[in-house]
Amino acid sequence: MSDRTSVRSRRRWVVALALLVLVALGAVLAPWLAPIDPNFQGDVVANRFLAPGTIGLDGAVHLLGTDRLGRDVWSRLLYGARVSLLVGTLATAVALTVGTLIGGVAALAGRPVRVLLLGVTDFTLAVPRVVLLLLLAAVWQPSAELVVLTLGLTGWMPIARLVYAESSAQLGRPYVESAVALGARPSRVFLRHLLPHATGPVLAAATLGLGNAITLEAGLSFLGLGVQPPQASWGSLIASGRETVVNAPWVGLAPGLALVLVVIACTIVADDLGHEHPHA
Amino acid sequence: MHRRLGFGLLRAPAVVLGVVTLTFLLLHLAPGDPVSLLLGPAATPLQRATTESALGLDQPVAEQYIRWLARAGRGDFGVSIATGRPVLALLAEAWPATAILVGLSIALSYLLGIAVATIQATTRRRGVDTALSLGTVTLAALPGYWLAFVLIMTFTYWLGLLPAFGAAGLDADFLGPGERLLDRLNHLALPLATLTLVGIGTTARYTRGTLVDVRSQPYLVTARAKGIGRLRVLLRHHLRNGLIPVVTLLGLSLPALFSGAVFVEAVFAWPGIGQLLVQAVQARDYPVVMAATTLSAVLVVAGSVVAETLLHRVDPRTRE
Repeated sequence: MSDRTSVRSRRRWVVALALLVLVALGAVLAPWLAPIDPNFQGDVVANRFLAPGTIGLDGAVHLLGTDRLGRDVWSRLLYGARVSLLVGTLATAVALTVGTLIGGVAALAGRPVRVLLLGVTDFTLAVPRVVLLLLLAAVWQPSAELVVLTLGLTGWMPIARLVYAESSAQLGRPYVESAVALGARPSRVFLRHLLPHATGPVLAAATLGLGNAITLEAGLSFLGLGVQPPQASWGSLIASGRETVVNAPWVGLAPGLALVLVVIACTIVADDLGHEHPHA
Repeated sequence: MHRRLGFGLLRAPAVVLGVVTLTFLLLHLAPGDPVSLLLGPAATPLQRATTESALGLDQPVAEQYIRWLARAGRGDFGVSIATGRPVLALLAEAWPATAILVGLSIALSYLLGIAVATIQATTRRRGVDTALSLGTVTLAALPGYWLAFVLIMTFTYWLGLLPAFGAAGLDADFLGPGERLLDRLNHLALPLATLTLVGIGTTARYTRGTLVDVRSQPYLVTARAKGIGRLRVLLRHHLRNGLIPVVTLLGLSLPALFSGAVFVEAVFAWPGIGQLLVQAVQARDYPVVMAATTLSAVLVVAGSVVAETLLHRVDPRTRE
């Protein structure tokens, strides 16, 4: 029974990971996979609102149809994946760095620093993230870089907590004490002896965070506060699809489905990473 | 998840103060100001200076901050720059809409989420559990604004059943009391469904985990071995222990719920705090942004305190 379970979940995990890799490949290879320039309009009146699968006047097949300006939805989806995935990944990288740093320092430093850092972590957890994002995005000039920074700086807390918890659980262990006694510097103790214990749960949290970051970026772009045109992310594609919901539902459906699939895949991968390490 | 929530009753005001200070600094350090949005590009320097001093924006930031705090402490949140109306009146108008939407969606998503999770944790058929898991992962992964889009497409444009915008029809004032209630409920349906569906996904996923953790506990085996009926074992022994961490989730999920409400309100033009906040942020309406942020911080902190109190009530082990 338990063997079968693990085989099943293994299979699910492989499918989810394969999907993520596929989407990432699609994003990287967009210039070669996209049949048409994502911003190419051609004859707007003739080409707009073509249903998925139609062949346009210029002879190009529109796999997912066209939007109200006659742009190919499939091409825009591929190019949108570049922005969405890149912003999500970079934001997660920022969160990982900040979280590991704060969690690690909190575990190793003396009491006052620890209390301060954990206090800051709890405080940041309590701040409604979207409210903060809205403020930051609206108050500064919206841009991809700003979205990366704000998503990263509001997403590091779970990672800091995990790194702190896993590291401080190891601190009293004999092998850590002997490493310290042998004269290892705190940074070495942390990187070589403490951090590896947190790898599984931290990767799980980071994968979940990636899904969150992609959703939130799309949300900000949806409100017009994220990545700015002519760059398009899945969020701005959904927003433009919302305006043509009657004439061309596929414009908003396609990027949304892509987004949901990616987030589901992230969740499944994260679940599995977390289960391998019972501490998570 | 059994960790103690980071709030005592003493730390709660500190968190609110921190959020307020952070918001104030972010607003005032950022480039761009409400005056240029208010007056437009054609304003003369004299007009700008007059407006600035009328709004108190020519004072040093520290002084504005202290002044704001002092007035907010007395319950005076000033006047909205964009609309010229008292901020408190704006909040008082927006508050009930958000309370109804978020309150109902919390109640529904917890009821239904716990029900789904209970089925998953107690069923003997793996297929049922797997299918429901797939369903809840999908629900939890749905971004509110896109689910809203799909629901609007289906129920408003294709089926023509439900309205997609606002909290009441244009003719609401001319309807009888019964019809008016129906009109309200019609308008509530789609935003509520959006928030609730996503909420069910998150709640069910979390609850399934805690119920499965408890499933193999010795006291459940004992209870069954004693011959207690299945329903009684489920209600008195399984759920009672398995749902303890869910109480914590309730408190901790308030920020996420509020965030979800911001997007959903923006999409459905639901006249609540979320929409007020989005509009105020876009218009750089400092007083409204400050008040709405304060309110959301208070709500979030209050949620955590309530959750902690509830946790102490239901789980004697957490009382110290």
